[in-house]
Amino acid sequence: MAIQIETTTDPLVIGGRTFASRLLIGTGKFSSGESMRDAIDASRTEIVTVALRRVDLDSTGGPDILAFIDTSKIQLLPNTSGAADAHEAIRLARLARAMGLPAWVKLEVTPDPRYLIPDSVETLKAAEQLVADGFVVLPYINADPVLAKRLEEAGCATVMPLGSWIGSNQGLRTRDAIRIIVEQATVPVVVDAGLGAPSHAAFAMELGADAVLVNTAIAVAADPAEMARAFKEATIAGRRGYLAGLAPARESAEASSPLTGFLDGR
Amino acid sequence: MTSSFGDVLAAFPIADFVEHAGSSGDADVSRALAKDHGSRDVRDFAALMSDAASRRLEGLARASHELTTKRFGKTVHMYAPVYLSNECLTTCTYCGFAKGLPIVRKTLSNEESLDEARYLLARGFRSILLLTGEHQKLTGVDFLEEKLRLLAPVVPNLAIEVQVWDEDEYRRLRAAGCDGVVVYQETYDRDTYAKFHLAGKKRDYDWRLHAPERAGRAGMRRLGIGALLGLHEPWLQDAVAVAAHALFLTKTFWRSEISISLPRIRPSASGYSPQHPVTDRELAQAVCAFRLLLPDAAIVMSSREEASFRDGLIRLGVTHTSAGSHAEPGGYIHPKEAEEQFEVNDLRSPEEVAEAIRDMGYDVVWKDWAEPLRA
Repeated sequence: MAIQIETTTDPLVIGGRTFASRLLIGTGKFSSGESMRDAIDASRTEIVTVALRRVDLDSTGGPDILAFIDTSKIQLLPNTSGAADAHEAIRLARLARAMGLPAWVKLEVTPDPRYLIPDSVETLKAAEQLVADGFVVLPYINADPVLAKRLEEAGCATVMPLGSWIGSNQGLRTRDAIRIIVEQATVPVVVDAGLGAPSHAAFAMELGADAVLVNTAIAVAADPAEMARAFKEATIAGRRGYLAGLAPARESAEASSPLTGFLDGR
Repeated sequence: MTSSFGDVLAAFPIADFVEHAGSSGDADVSRALAKDHGSRDVRDFAALMSDAASRRLEGLARASHELTTKRFGKTVHMYAPVYLSNECLTTCTYCGFAKGLPIVRKTLSNEESLDEARYLLARGFRSILLLTGEHQKLTGVDFLEEKLRLLAPVVPNLAIEVQVWDEDEYRRLRAAGCDGVVVYQETYDRDTYAKFHLAGKKRDYDWRLHAPERAGRAGMRRLGIGALLGLHEPWLQDAVAVAAHALFLTKTFWRSEISISLPRIRPSASGYSPQHPVTDRELAQAVCAFRLLLPDAAIVMSSREEASFRDGLIRLGVTHTSAGSHAEPGGYIHPKEAEEQFEVNDLRSPEEVAEAIRDMGYDVVWKDWAEPLRA
């Protein structure tokens, strides 16, 4: 019930679509399609990202990853995982659209296959082209406030700064930069990558992020569906905390007898 | 200017590391295990390969399993080999394709190559490794280029395990649709290498050693290396060399994914059998040690290995495996008409292997690459 109230009063709007959930889910690393589907259900997410390299559009083998996602309820967000430069990312996105997938793209340009750190220069190039092509573009980026503004100016639907290295479960190591990105943004800020525990998601939302994206922490949990539920609740709690106006943390206790007391009445 | 691995190897005290493995105690193993992932070095690898570590194999296995799960999730990637030819002008005295062996030789036509690929595609495979012997004329770079161009439109991921080429030739193969190159040095010991490779271009140790670097400079996205464990005694020496080689390639070709294969020498038509074969327990320990050294490397296990053993290694750190393999040209459509390179010990069908993997709680990944990434 409470969630529905939130939907009407505090929706997340991306690319002209309205979403009740502020938790986005990634689909890699699950032990089975069924386990992934159960986690998606439990999370109540409405946006699910899928690596195009994993999608078998003319599948003749086993069940394809898309068979486990109910696209009547969920906005499918194809991603360009594996693209090492702008050219490859653009080709992947265009191919996906030509094959009938939605013209939404989570833009990932990560030339190194180990830490998957985004290439800022190529990401901006690809974003400009894909926006011109009519895509709704959600770029995965380093927590770089200037790059975030440049991508916003280029017409991206969101910016998705990383909390820490993808898959690292280290939480919000980029907190200070994300604070600035949130402060300056006019598009939704989705914290993506590195959120390893529900408390990390809550913290990102308390900081004012508009949404979070989680994959590894849910996929490799002993009980992925239960972990998905925990992230759902943490995301809602963090958002509520942000909207309620958190009391600012203080560096030191305030003296009970003010040093300026002698000025009273003067 | 980056140095080559040959320079690194020349100055590399492999014997010291082998010695370190021999003298490592519990404290060395504990120190190696306690380090942060990604910060271990070859010395730690040697400690993890020691007898002291062998006595703590369950602990190694747990650490390796946890790290593999974190980096790769609960997934196993499937590929299948397609032998395009068993013609060979090289004499490797342990190999079933070696020049002069009285075996049935065959080189696939375009139509036969496509038939083999279609057979595998119909069984779910989307990643194919193309193999040949070493025949300059019959399976040269023109031959490979033609086969790659033929298969690239229908196979999302193609790699080659063939004779080695120069950088420009690797560029041509990449442009034709090749995503990855696998080159086993076989053994990193120069004397042993010379002893087993009697004739043919493969005799040139250094040309082969630097092939992964030429492929990397040509922009290949996946670079696979390995040694045929058991060729050189002690095999630990080759394991250490593979470890050093993988670290070198990881740093130098930071855009490429590095994969490690740990084939043990098997009986083949050559009649060669190792004197001191690598035991199951030793190979399991090696899988753990390689994973703990290289958190993100693909570790490949072929169907040379017997079914239940291979399944067990998946929990320890193996991420890529083949299934239903035929190691003879044309073998999927016409089994046993030509000679196979080695004896396949896991005779299960791809679906049986996939089922066993799923039963262990892993998702089987058939497709993990796409044509636009070949830009």
